[in-house]
Amino acid sequence: MTVFVPSDLDSGPGANPSPDVDEAPGTSLWKGAWHRLRRNPVAILGAVLVLAFVLVAILAPLLAPYAPAATQWADEVTPSGVPGPSDEHLLGLDRYGSDLFTQLIYGARQSLIVGVISTGIGLSAGAVLGVLAGGLGGKVDLVVMRLVDIMLSIPSLLLAVSVAAVLGQNRYAVMIAIGAAQVPIFARLLRGSMLSQARSDYVLAASALGLRRRTIVMGHVLPNSMGPTIVQATLNLATAIIEVAALSYLGLGESDPAVAEWGRMLVAAQDRFSGSPQLALWPGFAIAVTALGFTLLGEALREALDPKQRR
Amino acid sequence: MSEDILTVGPAPRHPQPSGTGPLLDVRDLQVTFARRGQRPVYAVDEVSFDIRPGEHVGLVGESGSGKSVTSLAIMRLLPKRGVRAAGEVLLDGEDLLRAPESRLRNLRGREIAMIFQDPMTSLNPVVTIGVQITEILRRHRDLDKGEARDRAVELLDKVGIPDGRRRLKEYPHQLSGGMRQRALIAMALACEPRLLIADEPTTALDVTIQAQILELLKELVADTGTALIMITHDLGVIAGLCDKVHVMYSGRVVESAGRRPLFADPRHPYTGGLLASVPRLDSPRGKPLEPIPGSPTDTIPWSEGCAFAPRCANRVEECTGTTPRLDDAGDRLLRCFNPLTPAGEDRVTAR
Repeated sequence: MTVFVPSDLDSGPGANPSPDVDEAPGTSLWKGAWHRLRRNPVAILGAVLVLAFVLVAILAPLLAPYAPAATQWADEVTPSGVPGPSDEHLLGLDRYGSDLFTQLIYGARQSLIVGVISTGIGLSAGAVLGVLAGGLGGKVDLVVMRLVDIMLSIPSLLLAVSVAAVLGQNRYAVMIAIGAAQVPIFARLLRGSMLSQARSDYVLAASALGLRRRTIVMGHVLPNSMGPTIVQATLNLATAIIEVAALSYLGLGESDPAVAEWGRMLVAAQDRFSGSPQLALWPGFAIAVTALGFTLLGEALREALDPKQRR
Repeated sequence: MSEDILTVGPAPRHPQPSGTGPLLDVRDLQVTFARRGQRPVYAVDEVSFDIRPGEHVGLVGESGSGKSVTSLAIMRLLPKRGVRAAGEVLLDGEDLLRAPESRLRNLRGREIAMIFQDPMTSLNPVVTIGVQITEILRRHRDLDKGEARDRAVELLDKVGIPDGRRRLKEYPHQLSGGMRQRALIAMALACEPRLLIADEPTTALDVTIQAQILELLKELVADTGTALIMITHDLGVIAGLCDKVHVMYSGRVVESAGRRPLFADPRHPYTGGLLASVPRLDSPRGKPLEPIPGSPTDTIPWSEGCAFAPRCANRVEECTGTTPRLDDAGDRLLRCFNPLTPAGEDRVTAR
């Protein structure tokens, strides 16, 4: 396996290094990063947490003991208390009479989908803006970056809340809202790394061969500038998962009550907290651990890719 | 001396028939770097030379003498901000300094190409060799993917990289320094340009590889009839390769001569110093090399005299008061008040 990220332009049969060639470790940026990542315990821990989260999300129907919206135990929930762990229900029931463990597992699925898609939205829109600014420069750069400055001046959760409030209550609104809040981060980051790459020797050499600016920007500068952006995307996944929960908590999230969602589980747990704290603790724990996993992995990746931080 | 040296005024738009006039004619090139709040630096000044088709010309000088800036100015690859290039750079009579950017993009790689000093950083690390070679062919030659690939394999073979089909799929880090420089040469010569500028192409390589690369360059430019500007600080490189040599110091040409007269009989003390610092097989054993005293930063502005004067053993009073001009000295152009004595008599380079 290789961690190489080919650009869209040169993917094809020639884009993968031939496996029969012996490669010196650590000579290319991505290969070196891969070697450093494998030796970093923080990276391993992060990767294990992320992998566990992704597997749980994908395999939810296999792992969960019951159907996601099954509430056939509703009569077991009394105003005085929610049944705790039992043989039938590993973590007990929630306040609506669903199996808490099942809800938690399906919640992972929801978090992953919304987190990945919203980060994808933020990354692609941010990349377009960043490439425009970094690649064209001049007035385009000026206009785009002022736009980005304005977006950055609004706290990201506030921006997401406003977008979600305007777009209404559905899962797509949540994705767009959280994605929109990430756009300026990616745009600024990509522009910066493209500008620093634009001064490198291979860009000068490519110009000396008369390549079009489009070819140089898309085929040479962009693929070399992706490192920090990928790190940021990993870190943003953590933020996105927290923000999904936050939006749900504020009542701006997924409107379908049948869809399990960690943030809404927290809301539901609120008025039962004194009697049944496990209702809040488990989803809170899930959010924290998932965010921690992505953060650890992202930080380790950043360290591995940064030549100055090699230890 | 070229016949059209008296042409003044706007450059003729029509290309001159090749074979008669110079291919490239650099006239009074001046490059200034503006500095905020300080006086601008003249990185290159009063540089004039021409190259006929197929001719090999050397630009020699220490670091900071303006050789690289000259080559980048010819290609118009200097950063736009804070840099001003004046004078004329005529390619077939077309002034490159005033041509639109789109025209230059068509000329670069097709008519003029350039090889850079460091093969380690001149190739894009995350793009395969194949893509980097074929994209030039597809840009300038309108070949489709398959044709470009075939041609790229041919080119790699020509520059001495065997098994080209496999190499095309490799990334730069999988190639050694010498191989990378070969690949860069293949890229530069892909469209058979009429002029190749080689900016210290062997400086970053091992000595054994240097000789191979020079030999390769020599063969290839001879095969294709490409004119060559060889930029180097190493007179040994020039000796085997160039017809004419321009020695630069602190942004100006100080001596311009054919290869033979220059090596047999250096007249400018700086040229003499450079030659004395080259190890020779025929010099007596144990004889130390003679470095030029001081460093290129020990200089005075040309406006106040000769920039080399502070390091010069032949310095006379005039050198620090009057700006020397590049004058005709028989078989060469020379910018010196007190040149070395011609061959036959004892050369004195340092006391």
